[in-house]
Amino acid sequence: MHWNSVGEFFAMGGYALYVWGSFGACAVLMIAEPFLAKRRLSEVRKSLIRERLADELELQQRSQ
Amino acid sequence: MNAFLATVRRDLLLALRRKSEVLTAVFFFVIVTSLFPLGIGPEPVLLKKIAPGILWVAALLATLLGLPRLFAADHVDGTLEQMALSPSPLGLLVAGKILAHWLLCGLPLVLLAPVLGLQFDLDASTLGILTLALFLGTPLLSLIGAIGAALTLGVRGGGVLLALLVLPLYIPALIFGAGAVEAHIAGLDAGGHLSLLAAMLAVAAFFAPWATTAALRIALE
Amino acid sequence: MRQSIIQWFRFASPQSFYPLAGRMIPWFWASAIAFGIAGLWISFFVAPTDAQQGEGYRIIFVHVPASWMSMFLYLIMAFWAGLGLALNTRVSGMMAQAIAPTGALMALLSLWTGALWGKPMWGAWWVWDARLTSELILFFLYLGFMALQAAIDDPRRADKAGAILALVGVVNIPIIYFSVKWWNTLHQGSTINLTKAPSMAQTMLWGMLLMALCFWMYSIAVALTRVRAIILERERHTEWVKHALE
Repeated sequence: MHWNSVGEFFAMGGYALYVWGSFGACAVLMIAEPFLAKRRLSEVRKSLIRERLADELELQQRSQ
Repeated sequence: MNAFLATVRRDLLLALRRKSEVLTAVFFFVIVTSLFPLGIGPEPVLLKKIAPGILWVAALLATLLGLPRLFAADHVDGTLEQMALSPSPLGLLVAGKILAHWLLCGLPLVLLAPVLGLQFDLDASTLGILTLALFLGTPLLSLIGAIGAALTLGVRGGGVLLALLVLPLYIPALIFGAGAVEAHIAGLDAGGHLSLLAAMLAVAAFFAPWATTAALRIALE
Repeated sequence: MRQSIIQWFRFASPQSFYPLAGRMIPWFWASAIAFGIAGLWISFFVAPTDAQQGEGYRIIFVHVPASWMSMFLYLIMAFWAGLGLALNTRVSGMMAQAIAPTGALMALLSLWTGALWGKPMWGAWWVWDARLTSELILFFLYLGFMALQAAIDDPRRADKAGAILALVGVVNIPIIYFSVKWWNTLHQGSTINLTKAPSMAQTMLWGMLLMALCFWMYSIAVALTRVRAIILERERHTEWVKHALE
């Protein structure tokens, strides 16, 4: 462990902008991408479930 | 072989009936190369330094102009499907179309390049190398471009998409083509660049018609 | 032997791949997070300060894994695309389509972190170094692949056309890299020599490997999530999809 304080850690020996800019961009994009992929999946699923419900309702009405 | 020559002849005849299409690419090449000195200034030393790059990039874009039409007309009127069904292999006919495209869109650029090179204060031997490099490089551009043209056949926004697909693949041709001229200007031997261009041309001549045929069959399905 | 081949082909159908992918995703996430924590620990707390580059070199722990992944993912994408073209399996094309955005993201991250590393070390956000230039071209290739697939409405044609483009790209990447490298050495006078890598300590190598493993697991997890969405989108009118959801 070579950091004496939290401030020193965040200062990164004067390279804060570059180091945190890199790690930050990676963190932001690598959190956003799976989130978007998951949203795409859940949206398809939702629309499919809605479709199936509509089909079932139609069947019930026809049988009555 | 007859089918190959017949395809070349047919495409040439069709293009000569509509001259404007061929002339557009040539005029584009002339105008773009002439715009650069106007934008940069008439400093001969600077112009001489950037000439190979400008002439090559302009040639790249000019060949790109003719590519969307390479298969489009034949696709629309059903000729392409007839070609796919004909007894002669489709690859051979496709190679004929690519050769015709080069004769119409590539060769005029090769022949015009020495004249345009004069605008940039290039001397006689440099103009020779430039012409030779374009002579080896423009068929390569036609071959690679044909793959892109076949992939984007009948696709939405085909023209822009074609540029996006093909331009990154043109980079090696650009580097070695412009590099040959630059090396010659710098007093080095351009032979290495030219032989690499020729090697790439040989590889592309073998593989590109094949890949183009596969892409065309997908588009025709 | 025969049995195992049949087993493999069973997973090649969207119907059986969809639940399989769903079961695998949490494991890949778990290992991505585990490798990520270990990698970040080493990159910030164990790896020593570099003698020449100070703390700035720590960007290497995300830059190198992102660059590696962008290259690997193109190869894997082309592999799936080629497999789909050769065997006509539906899932292969969907895998290729699912991998492309993650590959493009990795290429973008590699360029971004490369620029942020270049500024303090070489004094410029962008230098026309052979590796950076090749990475930029790789990014363009990803964009072309995604644009082509997006422009074609028929998914089977999109898969096949994309496959040909990916294979042409794979043949071209070594040629592009070689030509860019040649171009770079020819113009050496105007650029700085960047080939000298900082002398790598053993711990730095470990940190890089762990981060690379984290990026691998992450890419697989995201690609599998995306391929599940693609499977449902394309197979929405089939009978099995109706039963697969609860």
